[in-house]
Amino acid sequence: MVASRAIGSLNRFNAFRILRSRGCSCRNFSGSSALLARTHVNYGVKGNVAVIRLNSPNSKVNTLNKEVQTEFMEVMDEIWASDQIKSAVLISSKPGCFVAGADINMLASCKTPQEATQISQEGQRMFEKLERSPKPVVAAINGSCLGGGLELAIACQYRIATKDRKTVLGVPEVLLGILPGAGGTQRLPKMVGVPAAFDMMLTGRNIRADRAKKMGLVDQLVEPLGPGIKPPQERTIEYLEEVAITFANGLVDKKISPKRNKGLMEKLTAYAMTIPFVRRQIYKTVEEKVRKQTKGLYPAPLKIIDVVKTGLEQGSEAGYLAESQKFGELALTKESKALVGLYHGQVLCKKNKFGAPQKDVKHLGILGAGLMGAGIAQVSVDKGLKTLLKDTTVAGLGRGQQQVFKGLNDKVKKKSLTSFERDSIFSNLIGQLDYQGFEKVDMVIEAVFEDLSVKHKVLKEVEAVIPDHCIFASNTSALPINEIAAVSKRPEKVIGMHYFSPVDKMQLLEIITTEKTSKDTTASAVAVGLKQGKVIIVVKDGPGFYTTRCLAPMMSEVIRILQEGVDPKKLDSLTTGFGFPVGAATLADEVGVDVAKHVAEDLGKAFGERFGGGSPELLNQMVSKGFLGRKSGKGFYIYQEGSKNKSLNSDMDTIFASLRLPAKPEVSSDEDIQYRVVTRFVNEAVLCLQDGILATPAEGDIGAVFGLGFPPCLGGSSAGWQVSLHPGALIAASFNKVLFLCPGPFRFVDLYGAQKIVDRLRKYEAAYGKQFTPCQLLIDHANSPSKKFYQ
Amino acid sequence: MTSILTSTLKNLPNTSKWALRFSVRPLSCSSQLLALSAAQPKSKKTLAKPNMRNIVVVDGVRIPFLLSGTSYKDLMPHDLARAALLGLLQRTNVPKEVVDYIIFGTVIQEVKTSNVAREAALGAGFSDKTPAHTVTMACISSNQAMTTAVGLIASGQSDVVVAGGVELMSDVPIRHSRKMRKMMLDLNKAKTMGQRLSLLSKFRLNFLSPELPAVAEFSTSETMGHSADRLAAAFAVSRLEQDEYALRSHSLAKKAQDEGLLSDVVPFKVPGKDTVTKDNGIRPSSLEQLAKLKPAFIKPYGTVTAANSSFLTDGASAMLIMAEDKALALGYKPKAYLRDFVYVSQDPKDQLLLGPTYATPKVLEKAGLTMTDIDVFEFHEAFSGQILANFKAMDSDWFAQNYMGRKTKVGLLPLEKFNIWGGSLSLGHPFGATGCRLVMAAANRLRKDGGQYGLVAACAAGGQGHAMIVEAYPK
Repeated sequence: MVASRAIGSLNRFNAFRILRSRGCSCRNFSGSSALLARTHVNYGVKGNVAVIRLNSPNSKVNTLNKEVQTEFMEVMDEIWASDQIKSAVLISSKPGCFVAGADINMLASCKTPQEATQISQEGQRMFEKLERSPKPVVAAINGSCLGGGLELAIACQYRIATKDRKTVLGVPEVLLGILPGAGGTQRLPKMVGVPAAFDMMLTGRNIRADRAKKMGLVDQLVEPLGPGIKPPQERTIEYLEEVAITFANGLVDKKISPKRNKGLMEKLTAYAMTIPFVRRQIYKTVEEKVRKQTKGLYPAPLKIIDVVKTGLEQGSEAGYLAESQKFGELALTKESKALVGLYHGQVLCKKNKFGAPQKDVKHLGILGAGLMGAGIAQVSVDKGLKTLLKDTTVAGLGRGQQQVFKGLNDKVKKKSLTSFERDSIFSNLIGQLDYQGFEKVDMVIEAVFEDLSVKHKVLKEVEAVIPDHCIFASNTSALPINEIAAVSKRPEKVIGMHYFSPVDKMQLLEIITTEKTSKDTTASAVAVGLKQGKVIIVVKDGPGFYTTRCLAPMMSEVIRILQEGVDPKKLDSLTTGFGFPVGAATLADEVGVDVAKHVAEDLGKAFGERFGGGSPELLNQMVSKGFLGRKSGKGFYIYQEGSKNKSLNSDMDTIFASLRLPAKPEVSSDEDIQYRVVTRFVNEAVLCLQDGILATPAEGDIGAVFGLGFPPCLGGSSAGWQVSLHPGALIAASFNKVLFLCPGPFRFVDLYGAQKIVDRLRKYEAAYGKQFTPCQLLIDHANSPSKKFYQ
Repeated sequence: MTSILTSTLKNLPNTSKWALRFSVRPLSCSSQLLALSAAQPKSKKTLAKPNMRNIVVVDGVRIPFLLSGTSYKDLMPHDLARAALLGLLQRTNVPKEVVDYIIFGTVIQEVKTSNVAREAALGAGFSDKTPAHTVTMACISSNQAMTTAVGLIASGQSDVVVAGGVELMSDVPIRHSRKMRKMMLDLNKAKTMGQRLSLLSKFRLNFLSPELPAVAEFSTSETMGHSADRLAAAFAVSRLEQDEYALRSHSLAKKAQDEGLLSDVVPFKVPGKDTVTKDNGIRPSSLEQLAKLKPAFIKPYGTVTAANSSFLTDGASAMLIMAEDKALALGYKPKAYLRDFVYVSQDPKDQLLLGPTYATPKVLEKAGLTMTDIDVFEFHEAFSGQILANFKAMDSDWFAQNYMGRKTKVGLLPLEKFNIWGGSLSLGHPFGATGCRLVMAAANRLRKDGGQYGLVAACAAGGQGHAMIVEAYPK
């Protein structure tokens, strides 16, 4: 019952707004005697069928909490007691949402694991009663059916779902560090088979209705309707209800069997699962995979496996008991708290706190069709923005257009788009070599080469053609926006929009405002970013902004560690062992050694000794030898096309040898190496907050996790540099596995303790010097333990 | 040679002809009005427009519409089209050489005769100097043929045009898969045995899986029946209503057939088979029988069944369209005027079959008429659910305001004037040929029952629609 609005469901919230006001409370219930003043759950009777409607007041979504549960059970009791009623339909009156999950706050208030266990047990009892209902209950699902919502649905006797894009089913509990605690771990394996159930529970992925039908998660599909006698969504819900009622009657008359005909493969799988040896193999494989991917840093996935295993091997009673107990244990872990915090942060970063812009951006101009420019174009055209993509050469432009097409075509292959939709989306993109049509654009995003003079040149050129209201956004990873804006005629319209590569995969957008940037410009940039599906942090201008700035000292430390003779492979395993999605040395290769060098130089000048540590000479020598990382085939590692295994670049040995520094044994244990990397990141992040670059710690955490991949109980690693360069497939890949979301540097300070971090910093400071000096804000937090970034 | 002569002759006195017409028009109009007002108490204006030639339908015919897979199954589309053309020639006795142009509509093209109009015209013995082209616009293809003819005549390009349509669903082009086609084409080009062998070695068994012509809307991948079922649901049209409407269509068609009202049908001696004299899809049944059918598209709970949908049909139609002056000069007594027409289009997913709803008010407005001025409605019946959804859409203020940009609803269509000689559900629906049938049904009904205006409307794949006003030619 537990679980919750999943992170994935967030991006659908916008749509709910549309029809909210037309609540369905006004609908007529024929012969309803039950229009009592219940707040969340009501029902009417149509013939012999009770139609139970979920509609929590003052909310865009239905969530499960104590009140809802109580009312639902009251309603069920009345239905069971009634002679007239033979069956029931369970439906939500909210467009786009069946039940988005259990109320997260219900868990937040738990003080002990026992309390959380009790919540789970109440949910279990309720759904067990529902499952044993003598009168069939049909769940009519339109919109998100997640977490506790799905557990509710699978306790019903029959499920009908609309084949709408908004209709998704899933158990995202794992993303919040918990498990489906209202019988989900026990019912799902029986319903969809053990492998599919593991997949759902361990990834938390959303499943679309048509897929759910194939898996056996729902029994029937209803196509969404177009306009008719009523608005489409409203009529679709009504139609869903009508269809559900026919099926409810059919179930009573035994014309319809709730049992599904299984395919041959399913039958075979089911048979195989009866063999203990096969089951053991499956547990083993899944567990190994999880251990490998989580490095044992997340307890929830392993507990999920455990609970499922208990249910299958020792019977449901033991299974339910294990489920509720493990649920209680997980709910109070710091991992869960951190993930829940991250979830809240993400909700925050999906809102435009600057209000609605005066003018909607409908026409977008993009300068530069490189990886970044084309990536930005890709996430814009599929949201309906008319996009002009300008480059200087036909070849460059063609490459960019192909990148956009490929991105869309990949979706066709995955069947999330039809080829027709692809073509019509692709016609929103106009490639060109001149500024024709720029007089109509509302916003220009430049993604040209990272060089101030080039940026100045295009800014001046484009300002000559764009209309007065048009915003100029610069996609740069480190060049200060005010320096770019210096040549602008209208600096209030200039803003930074720092995308991360690959743009269609990386969720973060860092928006940078200067002193002169107007509020409306910011509002507009945020609105565009949200439209593009981004999680947005808004930061103040400064060298490296936030993400790049935090990364630089960390990378400096990485170089130092390498100079001290730590093998890149070992460093990688230490950093991934701490929870970074990608090892530090691999990261440098992915980002590009030349970029790292570039940024290190720029920021080194700006920040001086705080960015010291490793010798810049290492990067210089690598660049001069052409070891630019993956893009040149050699970096710290050697990369071969088509081969996943990479070996160390032995040519690096001479470079290492020439720059070798003695390791300091007192700070060179494995743990110290991990913390040297991490504390520098954290210190810099806190300093960003202290300096006012960051407005809130939440944005700092979101930026670190979504832009950089900060580790589990930590903040972020770093993909930010890849900007405008290498796609970094590896990093993207690890981001796709949402299993490993992490809470960010500020929450890390809260959880780990500011004092302990300061202590570590002091220790390293003694060994190395000022680059480890803790910042004032961190010291303040250490001095008063009650001070937390998150209250 | 003769045709060149006639055309030059035609062109020479053109200006004087025009001048003459202008001076004569007011007179003729008023006399028409007088004549009409004598016949009908609610005197109506005619829709003749200044500076526009009056365009008339001299007559139109169709071969019987047959369920596909029956008597026409061994023929080719141009055979049917030729039969319709021959029927038209026989009915009207039009001298072949006066025909300036021939246009046919068709949907599923036979690859061998992709310009089926030309092949049929040649075979029917029309002059090889008469150009012909084929148009396609899904179920309103022959409407497009007719309105193209109207355009040619109105612009003075032609005086006499034959328009028609044909569809043969008994045989459709089924292709090799793209992979197979590619391999075969490459094999053609291969020069050496080695190249051929290496190409052949790439052959896989799945190359042999055939490609059927699309039954689904290309843009949405949804079949039309599926869309119709959703449309019916969106307008809350029940299964019973749909079955009742289907029964009405079949009963009315049967009655019309029995009473000999379907005078546009011409017999067709099918080579090697008996002469076909009447439509064979008319099957009045009972509501109980209809209720037994299972849904055909949205299973198991949809409402569109085989019985309340139009069936796959073979058939062809043809129509002789002329400038009024030309018709009179040739001594014809035309059947009707072709007046204002419109084409509309909308969302091919959710409003695929709502064309008539959009086209009807638009064409009325264009003609300056209201719903009550119309004496005869002839709508294409793709599905019962589609017709009833269009009824409800036109009768809904909400829909008019939110989707049609109107202040009020279009209004309820008077059922007593609506498709009373049956419709596509019962008579059949050879996609390319239905438009001409609709216009001829409207014209013949006006002649028989004495009204002045008929409104023809149809929906078509691609979310398109059409409507046209047919005005009775004064008797």
